[in-house]
Amino acid sequence: MSNKWKAATAASVIATMALAGCGGSSGAAGGDRSAVNLVGFSILEQPNKKVIADFQTTADGKDVTFNQSYGASGDQARAVIGGQKADLVHLSLEPDVQKLVDAKIVADSWKTTPTKGILTQSVVVIGVRPGNPKHIEGWDDLVKPGVKIVTPNPASSGSAKWNILAAYGHVIADGGTPAAAKAYLEKFFGNVASLPGSGRDATTAFLGGTGDVLLSYENEAILARQSGSKLDYVVPDQTLLIQNPGAVTTKASPKARQFLSFLTGKTAQTDYAEEGFRPIGVKAPTDVKGANDPSNPYPVPDKLLTVDKDFGGWSSANTKFFDEKTGIVTLIQKKTGKQ
Amino acid sequence: MSLTTTTAPGRATRARRPTRNGSLSLTSGLGLGVAMLWFSLLVLVPLAMVVASAGSNGLGGFVGVITDSQTLAAVQLTVLQSLLVTAVNVVMGTMIAWVLVRDRFPGKRVLDVVIDIPFALPTIVAGLVLLSLYGPSSPLGVNVANTRYAVFLALAFVTLPFVVRTVQPVLEELEADVEEASASLGASRLTTFRRIILPSLVPSIAAGAALSFARGISEYGSMVLLSGNLPNHTEVAAVRVFTFIENGDTASAASVATLMLLVALAVIVALDIIQRRVARRG
Repeated sequence: MSNKWKAATAASVIATMALAGCGGSSGAAGGDRSAVNLVGFSILEQPNKKVIADFQTTADGKDVTFNQSYGASGDQARAVIGGQKADLVHLSLEPDVQKLVDAKIVADSWKTTPTKGILTQSVVVIGVRPGNPKHIEGWDDLVKPGVKIVTPNPASSGSAKWNILAAYGHVIADGGTPAAAKAYLEKFFGNVASLPGSGRDATTAFLGGTGDVLLSYENEAILARQSGSKLDYVVPDQTLLIQNPGAVTTKASPKARQFLSFLTGKTAQTDYAEEGFRPIGVKAPTDVKGANDPSNPYPVPDKLLTVDKDFGGWSSANTKFFDEKTGIVTLIQKKTGKQ
Repeated sequence: MSLTTTTAPGRATRARRPTRNGSLSLTSGLGLGVAMLWFSLLVLVPLAMVVASAGSNGLGGFVGVITDSQTLAAVQLTVLQSLLVTAVNVVMGTMIAWVLVRDRFPGKRVLDVVIDIPFALPTIVAGLVLLSLYGPSSPLGVNVANTRYAVFLALAFVTLPFVVRTVQPVLEELEADVEEASASLGASRLTTFRRIILPSLVPSIAAGAALSFARGISEYGSMVLLSGNLPNHTEVAAVRVFTFIENGDTASAASVATLMLLVALAVIVALDIIQRRVARRG
C-alpha cells in the first residue's frame, strides 16, 4: 500500500470517527429537566398553543417548557420509534400508539386513565360547497350518480380510516347487513374523485375546486371555517366517533405525566372544544366560531358509532378492512379504476 | 467531411496529472478518500439497506409484491409518464437552451432566472399552483384534475429545468467557427445542426434526460393535489411505497423502491449507450 493510499484511508477513518462522535454526543445530551417533548399529529399545532399557555399558568405547569413536533400521525409514531425524543405522544388513532407499545416505548397500561387513553375526540362529517348546491344531507346522497367525493387515502393515511369506517358503519347502524355495507362502499369508491395523501391535502384539494363533497373530521371543518375557508359541513345522522389517543412514554418526566392529566381536565378540554374538538367530560362552550351553530356547536347525532363498540376495536378493524391483501377496503380499491 | 473529430465538451478529457505506477498524489489520495466516504455514507450504504430490506421477504415475497396488479399499474404509469416527460424535455429543453443562448430578445434575463423556479419551489406549492391553474376552477378553462394528464403535467413542470440547465453551458462554450466552417463547406443548416452541433450537445442532453427521468419516477408532492391518487388510474409508485410504510410493511416498501432503482439504472444506462452512439455517429 503506497503512502498516498494510506493517506486516503486515514482521512476516511478520521472523518468516520468525527461523524460517529457527533452522533454520540447529540444522543447523550440530557436537556432541561423541566422540558416536555411533545409529539403530536398535525392538526393539534393550533389548539395546543392555547392549551400549553393555560398549563403554564397552573402550579404544575409553571416554568415548564415544551419542545413540540407535529406531523402526520403515522410518521410521528415512526419517528419516535426511530429515536425522536418524546415524553408525550398525542396521535390520531390507536394503532399508531400501539406501534409504540410494540416498540416498548409506551407502557402496555396506557389505556388505564379516566378517559381510557383518549385525549381529544371529534366525529366524521361531510364537507360541502357553500350553500350545499348538491343537497347533500347524509350518506345516501354520496353514492348518487355524478357526486364526486374527496377523501384522504386510507391506504397511505391512517387518519383516513375513520372516514371509511364511518361510511361502512352507517349501513350497519341503520340495520343493514355486512353485504349491504360492502356494496355501499363499492358504490362509494366508484364516486371517489380524489384520494389525497392526508386530511390536510384533501381539504386543500377540495378548497381548490376538486369534487362536490369532502369527507372530513368535524374539527378539521371547523378549523377551516375559522380561518375563513369557504365550505359548509353536514353532521350525518349516523356517524363515527373519532378518538385521538395520547400517552406518556416510559421514560417521561413527572412534568409530562402532570401535563397528560391536565389534557383531560376541564381547562384543556374547553380549549380544544373552542378549536373544533368535541369535549370529553365537560360542557361544550357556546361560542365556537366556525361551527354550524356556534351556540350549540356539537349536536349529538342519532347514532354515534365507536370503533370499540361497533367494529370490535382497532386491531380487528384494521385487519378486517385494511389488511394489505385481504382487507375489504384494500380489495375494493384494487377493483376501482379498472372498469 | 472531416469535421467529425470534435470532442464533446461535456466529456472533454482533461489532461491527467502524470502518475507513477497508478499511485496517486497525496492531495488526490485525500480527495478520493473523502469523496468515497461521503458518497458511501450518503448513497451507497442507504441504497444497500433498501435492497437488503427488500430481500428480507425472500425472492418469492419480492416478486409477489411487484407483480401485484395495483402496484404494477402504479409502476407502469410512473415509468411511462416519466419517459414521455423526458422525451418532451429533451426536445423542449434543448430548444429553450438554444433560445436562451443564441437569441436576443427582451426579457431574456428574466426567462433565464424563471426557468429554475419549478425546481426551487417546494413540491406541495407546485401542486397548489398546478391545481389552481389546471384544476376544476382553472382560469384557463383547462381541467385535467384527477386524470393521467395531471401526472404528466406535474412531472413536466418539476423536471423542466434539468435539460435546459445541462445543455445551456455546453451551448455557450460551442465555437461558432466550426459551424461557419461547416456552412462554408456547403452544409445546409440542418446538416450542420445534425452533424456538428448535436453530437456536442448529446452528452449534456443525455445527462439532463437522466436527471429528469430520475426525478420523474420519484415525484409525489407536486402531483398529489392534482392527480387524486386514484388506484389503477392515477396512483404513482411513490404512493404505493407510502402505503406499505404506513402499514408497517417496510420489506414491501423496499421491494417497490428496489424495482424503481432498477428501472432508473436501466434507463440511465440506456441513455448513456444512446448518447455514445449518437456522439460517435455525428
